[in-house]
Amino acid sequence: MKYIDEYRDEHLVQALAAQIARKITRSWSLMEICGGQTHTIMRYGLDELLPEGIRLVHGPGCPVCVTPLETVDQAIAIASLPGVTFVSYGDMLRVPGTSLDLLRVKADGGDVRMVYSPMEALKLARARPDRKVVFFGIGFETTAPANAMAVWQARRENLDHFSMLASHVLVPPAIRLLLGGPHNQVQGFIAPGHVCTIMGYRQYEAISRDFHVPIVVGGFEPVDLLEAVFMLVAQLEEGRAEVENQYVRSVSYEGNLPAQRLVESVFEVSDRKWRGMGVIPQSGLRLREEFAAYDAERVFPASHLTVAEPPECISADVLQGLKRPTECPVFGGRCTPENPMGALMVSAEGACAAYYRYRRHSAQSAKQKGAA
Amino acid sequence: MTACPLPLPAGDRVLLGHGSGGKLSADLLRDVFLAAFRNPVLARLDDQAIVSINGLRLAFTTDSFVVKPLFFPGGDIGSLAVHGTVNDLAMGGAQPLYLSAAFIIEEGLPISVLRRVVASLQEAAAGAGVTVVTGDTKVVEKGSGDGLFINTTGLGVVADTVRLSADQARPGDRVLLSGPIGDHGIAILAQREGLEFEGSIASDSAPLHTLVAAMLAASRDIRCLRDPTRGGLSSTLNEFAAQAQVGIEIDERAIPVREAVRGACELLGLDPLYVANEGKLVAVVAPGAAERVLAAMRGHPLGREAALIGTVTAVHPRLVTMRTVVGPTRIVDMLSGDQLPRIC
Amino acid sequence: MCLAVPGRILEAEEYDGSRIAKVQFGGITRPVLLNFVPEAQVGDYVVVHVGFAISRLDAAEAERTFQLLEEMGLLEGELAGSEGPP
Repeated sequence: MKYIDEYRDEHLVQALAAQIARKITRSWSLMEICGGQTHTIMRYGLDELLPEGIRLVHGPGCPVCVTPLETVDQAIAIASLPGVTFVSYGDMLRVPGTSLDLLRVKADGGDVRMVYSPMEALKLARARPDRKVVFFGIGFETTAPANAMAVWQARRENLDHFSMLASHVLVPPAIRLLLGGPHNQVQGFIAPGHVCTIMGYRQYEAISRDFHVPIVVGGFEPVDLLEAVFMLVAQLEEGRAEVENQYVRSVSYEGNLPAQRLVESVFEVSDRKWRGMGVIPQSGLRLREEFAAYDAERVFPASHLTVAEPPECISADVLQGLKRPTECPVFGGRCTPENPMGALMVSAEGACAAYYRYRRHSAQSAKQKGAA
Repeated sequence: MTACPLPLPAGDRVLLGHGSGGKLSADLLRDVFLAAFRNPVLARLDDQAIVSINGLRLAFTTDSFVVKPLFFPGGDIGSLAVHGTVNDLAMGGAQPLYLSAAFIIEEGLPISVLRRVVASLQEAAAGAGVTVVTGDTKVVEKGSGDGLFINTTGLGVVADTVRLSADQARPGDRVLLSGPIGDHGIAILAQREGLEFEGSIASDSAPLHTLVAAMLAASRDIRCLRDPTRGGLSSTLNEFAAQAQVGIEIDERAIPVREAVRGACELLGLDPLYVANEGKLVAVVAPGAAERVLAAMRGHPLGREAALIGTVTAVHPRLVTMRTVVGPTRIVDMLSGDQLPRIC
Repeated sequence: MCLAVPGRILEAEEYDGSRIAKVQFGGITRPVLLNFVPEAQVGDYVVVHVGFAISRLDAAEAERTFQLLEEMGLLEGELAGSEGPP
């Protein structure tokens, strides 16, 4: 497949890894914020190719993982109501709430559907005027335009039985929080290429300046990620702290203006709680007042309970890059993908699940296959 | 959410994931069924039981088919019900002979649909050289079934010289795969409401017993065979590794995947290693026999794209690892439940 | 965070105020909305997320990146023997 295969070229990947090794004179901690990038790193074993001095820290960029427990519980409560058809992206179905997940609601007879696109939720709403169709609109900046389009279109067609439970988060406020934290160890960031495809990277320039930290907008394939690491290492070694764009083929400085305009007209910026990180000011999107009739939070009012996370789960530290999943006392024991205690274990993109799936025996496998 | 918390755990319920062929399925098998039925024949955990009656070795297997939609590119529930059971017999090295067919029909199913399925089942049976010699019909109330479920049981004979079982894999053995993976699973997924993609993807549903016969004719040093259906290639390899207490190392570059399957997997964030097949087999063969068996496979219409994909190792028992396309090695785990399309 | 995949636009048509394209990903196609990439034409590659094209791939930029990478690798002798990118 064009624009995929050439970015998985073994020789190029090895050459880049060698370049990084040659460039590096001391150790550096880098964070990839985006869970998709974490997945690529684990899926292809890229971390094993990097010199020992590079420590990759996996950031909070998985919308499934950072959706607060309260919101998951709210989704489960709505999905359990009679007369509701609850529609979700596949990722969210297995995320545990306090006591259930959406797949179990379905097992108990709830009408829970999975779609690839929010427009398919809308299609369901057109076909079933007798049901209340609720779409679970999660995501970062990348998904916001698509979810916004579904709501905008629903209002245009007066599909009043359609609503969206929105759980949208924004990346730059989370990066600021991480960099400003007293325990921050991250010295360079790979900014999420698809978020920046929508938003551009103007916002990241201020972050880079304020915290004197290099940021490289990176793509999602092995060559992309290693090139982004190389660019970060080059900046760090040369004492620079700038915003650079590795993912030029998709990301422009201004981003996607038509998408930004639609998001702006449907959503407004609000404070938002992130699972494992707490409330981050101005870090989320909520539906504007004009779209209140399509806002599931208002259509299905809920008393906002605060729900406690399982005390053993160290998701919060992992999300902030302070600990690795393997440092958790319940990792791989009481907490596994079959029986997840925290969201990082349940989503394929979550750092814990990625470690469990691809790295559980990494010492062992690295030993015997490293030279082959 | 209302003021009172939701009723507590549903961990004691059967979920769809329990039928996915991955870890949840294995748990259910171990905790519920093996716990109750424990006996030496069942304990082999192969796709078929092999029992001796008056010196005749009989292969015996059963399978139920619940595919949705009933008709899909490359087959339908009728042909699938034949191929699935014939293949379970063939993986034991058996010559399949007889089938039973039981139909559980939901009230309201058009007779014309049933006729089409039965005709297809008969055609597939004739094509595979097996005869449907007994059967059963049950009708359930509307809402209690999903149109039509079929169960088939198969009977075949195994030559005395053939001993295939997953626990026979040894370090140094080679792992062969009969062709591209994922066709069946993606062909079914393409029909699913809410996903809407198109492509020339047909299920690979096919009877594999003649391919097996050709392989056995080429060499007796075949340790075990299995068709990677639900749970895909990864589940089959993990089952081999667990049953023989060996490790398996595969090479991602060697695993054939069609462009349509690749495209669908990229788009939906799925891994073809976990996608179902209905006309493929994985063989573990002694190192010296690998080339001959591979040549025999490639000489058969259902094995033209067969490939050597890996080796059995003593290094990491019960673990399957894969050299990725860019060089490093990672674990290939068994999936815990169904693979879900993802957006992130 | 956001699984998005490049595919090629095979055809595009107007429907109810939106442009809908048939986009090819390897051996499959699926409908994709072009609302956010009005400039995209048949034959272009677009990056697709949850059924929407979110950017038109810049072929020239992609090419240039590869030239840079290749030069870098070749200068270091790392790419000797490689066929390079297609």
